[in-house]
Amino acid sequence: MPDTGVNDAFVAFERVQKSYDGETLVVKDLNLSLPKGEFLTMLGPSGSGKTTCLMMLAGFETATHGEIKLDGVSINNIPPHKRGIGMVFQNYALFPHMTVAENLSFPLEVRKIGKSEREQKVKRALDMVEMGAFGGRRPAQLSGGQQQRIALARALVFEPELVLMDEPLGALDKQLREKMQFEITSLAHQLGITTVYVTHDQTEALTMSDRVAVFNDGRIQQLAPPDELYEAPQNSFVAQFIGENNTLEGVVKEISGDRCTVQLDGGEMIDARPVNVSKVGDRTRVSIRPERVELDPQLGDESHTLKATVKEFIYMGDIFRTRLSVAGNDEFVIKTRNRPDQRRLRPGEEITIGWLPEDCRALDAD
Amino acid sequence: MTTGTPMTDASAEDKASGPMLAADGTPLKKSLARALRMEKIRASMLIAPLLLFVLVTFIAPIADMLFRSVENEIVSDTMPLTTEALEDWDGEGLPGDAAFEAAYYDIFLAAEQKNHTRLGTRLNYEMTGASSLFRKSGRGLDDIGEVYQDQFEDLNKDWDEAATWVELLGDPDWLAEQKEWAASEEGRQPRFKLREGMDELLPVTSREYATFARYQQREERKNLLEEEPWSAVHTALYEDLAAGDMSSYNGPRADMLKAADELVAGADFETVTFRDGFEEIDRDWVKPEIWRTIKLYSPNYTSGYFLNSVDMQLTPDGVEARPENQRIYIMLFQRTLFMSMVITFSCILLGYPVAYILSNLPSRTANLLMILVLLPFWTSLLVRTSAWKVMLQQQGVINDVLVWIGLVSDGDRLVMINNQFGTIVAMTHILLPFMILPMYSVMSTIPPSYVRAAKSLGATNWTTFWRVYFPQSVPGIGAGSILVFILSIGYYITPEIVGGTTGTFISNRIAYHISSSLNWGLAAALGTILLAVVLLLYWAYDRIVGIDNVKLG
Repeated sequence: MPDTGVNDAFVAFERVQKSYDGETLVVKDLNLSLPKGEFLTMLGPSGSGKTTCLMMLAGFETATHGEIKLDGVSINNIPPHKRGIGMVFQNYALFPHMTVAENLSFPLEVRKIGKSEREQKVKRALDMVEMGAFGGRRPAQLSGGQQQRIALARALVFEPELVLMDEPLGALDKQLREKMQFEITSLAHQLGITTVYVTHDQTEALTMSDRVAVFNDGRIQQLAPPDELYEAPQNSFVAQFIGENNTLEGVVKEISGDRCTVQLDGGEMIDARPVNVSKVGDRTRVSIRPERVELDPQLGDESHTLKATVKEFIYMGDIFRTRLSVAGNDEFVIKTRNRPDQRRLRPGEEITIGWLPEDCRALDAD
Repeated sequence: MTTGTPMTDASAEDKASGPMLAADGTPLKKSLARALRMEKIRASMLIAPLLLFVLVTFIAPIADMLFRSVENEIVSDTMPLTTEALEDWDGEGLPGDAAFEAAYYDIFLAAEQKNHTRLGTRLNYEMTGASSLFRKSGRGLDDIGEVYQDQFEDLNKDWDEAATWVELLGDPDWLAEQKEWAASEEGRQPRFKLREGMDELLPVTSREYATFARYQQREERKNLLEEEPWSAVHTALYEDLAAGDMSSYNGPRADMLKAADELVAGADFETVTFRDGFEEIDRDWVKPEIWRTIKLYSPNYTSGYFLNSVDMQLTPDGVEARPENQRIYIMLFQRTLFMSMVITFSCILLGYPVAYILSNLPSRTANLLMILVLLPFWTSLLVRTSAWKVMLQQQGVINDVLVWIGLVSDGDRLVMINNQFGTIVAMTHILLPFMILPMYSVMSTIPPSYVRAAKSLGATNWTTFWRVYFPQSVPGIGAGSILVFILSIGYYITPEIVGGTTGTFISNRIAYHISSSLNWGLAAALGTILLAVVLLLYWAYDRIVGIDNVKLG
């Protein structure tokens, strides 16, 4: 876990709040710090406040309360053009009346860098994104992916230490997006720049980031590396938002160390790991990842098994996705690998399912 | 390809051998055109009413105007004989007697038809005094003819009778028909026909009497049997008698004709040359100017109006500039262009910030403010212009306030109206919405992310505006400018009301020629030049900025 101490943080949000209309808070008490060189993703549904945070960091929005620090210095009152932060926008924001080279040269010109050095840097930046031959073109003559590379090169050409990216891959098709995800991360690591990346695409967040901050309702719900986020969600929002997830609702009957017993609303008893429940009698939402559910389980005595009815069987090539009715939940999904011996379930079939208690997390009921 | 189906083989063959065919074997192009025909017909039906409207109210008047600026048939129509007689004249000194003779017959007829004043007005555009000269001549030419008419009548009273002339000159068959018609005066009057041989014996008389007969029958609808000819015919008779020999003639009224011939040959017969006759009417007729003017403007088409529009004139020696004190149009064109540019520029200056603010406000507020921008459209143009009169005049609101504050003493109040300043102020106000609207529509399409991107790249507010925002708003400025400039270049009402003498435009001069001086040809030429200037500017704009870059909304 990276050090989140405020003192050696490169970027730090301290008790930041933001309101647009003076009535509701879009960002509520945000505390976040990231060290130099980290790739942090802000992930969340639209309206969760992630873009507002990015805009406050860039200087286009002012924090209503709290402080934003860059390299230990408060930047609340520094205008955006003096912050020296590179930024990539959702629609690329390449200046349409300038050529690609002119676009890249622009941040260097306003920094009064000499012509020969400028040309050198522009060339290097274009080569970096493998667009060396496109310097004379206009943005409109480039494809979406090419524009994206140019936007990236422009944000990096003046060698900022911090780069912000606001859903930069949103407009690209799936294949290109995956390619660019890889390119952006490798470039960021190679250059050692600190990156704050905003997206609502969880796959993107998981594959690219060192750490992910999951936003909802103006707060960070969880800040963790991708694997931890997926495997150990701290609350039911994160569990729902990251990856596919099955939930069963019930009441905590017993807690003992890292085990608790939950009575589901249908009456069945299951074991789970208590994560976000504090006492017996709390309502809880139990979360299980589809791929951790076993068919016809032989997991040992300590685990519970449940009866399930097959509702739908979907063939997806590499996996089978089966929708079951479990303990009153008709949307219970399991995924099984397409092995030669794998059973293909038929709707209406009665089966038994089970899982390890460690994979089943008792979270808050909200 | 051995496994190819017949279908793919066939289409491969088609590609190789000729045009693509549809499934039924007709060429694909034809098939497509047929499929789209119904749609095309429906579409053209929908635009037909507008097309017709535009054609009638816009294209046709413009075409007519363009034509009027060169059309000049009035001279050759009214003075056909003179035009012909002057054809070989070199323009030196006075033309020969033939020209005077031709002018006599032409003007005589024109005066009877009351066309001579119109011709005078037309020639007056080119030569001051022509109008009164023709008016005078219309009355005076009778004097020449009456000399002969009186003498012939004194010889024989019958020369004053209509019957004499129809018998002498008319075809017998026609005469019979005419008499038959005269009994009832119903239906169409049989057209006068010359008796065979008369145009050889009495060529001028025949021509003039035929002219007279045509005029009486067709325009006056009088019975030719009862109308004694006008004195020009008597003059013509004298000419024929003086030139020819009547002894061989033995047709009707031979005695009368021979007697008249003797009279003309006699020493006592009083004659008057056409030249003297004209000189007596006005000494201007024996100066070369009027003849030169007639000759210069005798062709059916003239560049005279256009030359006039650019302060030039047609002279026998070619095209030359008008005298200094008659030059006005070049100056007016220059003033119109200059003031339109000033107006356009002040509209940009005033409108740009407004459009900028509007496009950056939340749409609710922007819409409210947009209503304020459009508010002037809800009041009449005349009211707005008159309001400026109230504001700007010497006893007006602004001067009163300045005097009250003490900035200006009561004695020397500012002159802000009836001059260029007044026109520029009022027109800037009136045309401002036409600048703001296209600018606004362009600016509101510039995403705020460009400005943000520029700032994040380190540009100051000014650099961001100048290098990133402004270039993208140029199409809006272009569209607004072209709109305002073209509107103002042809503006009429406002300069007319607040322009005084120094603030009027070329359009005011065009209106003057249309409604006051009635010199439509010149008005048309001025309008054509204005149209050409606008098209030229439009073309230049297209070349420089590109009309594709203009966005009106």
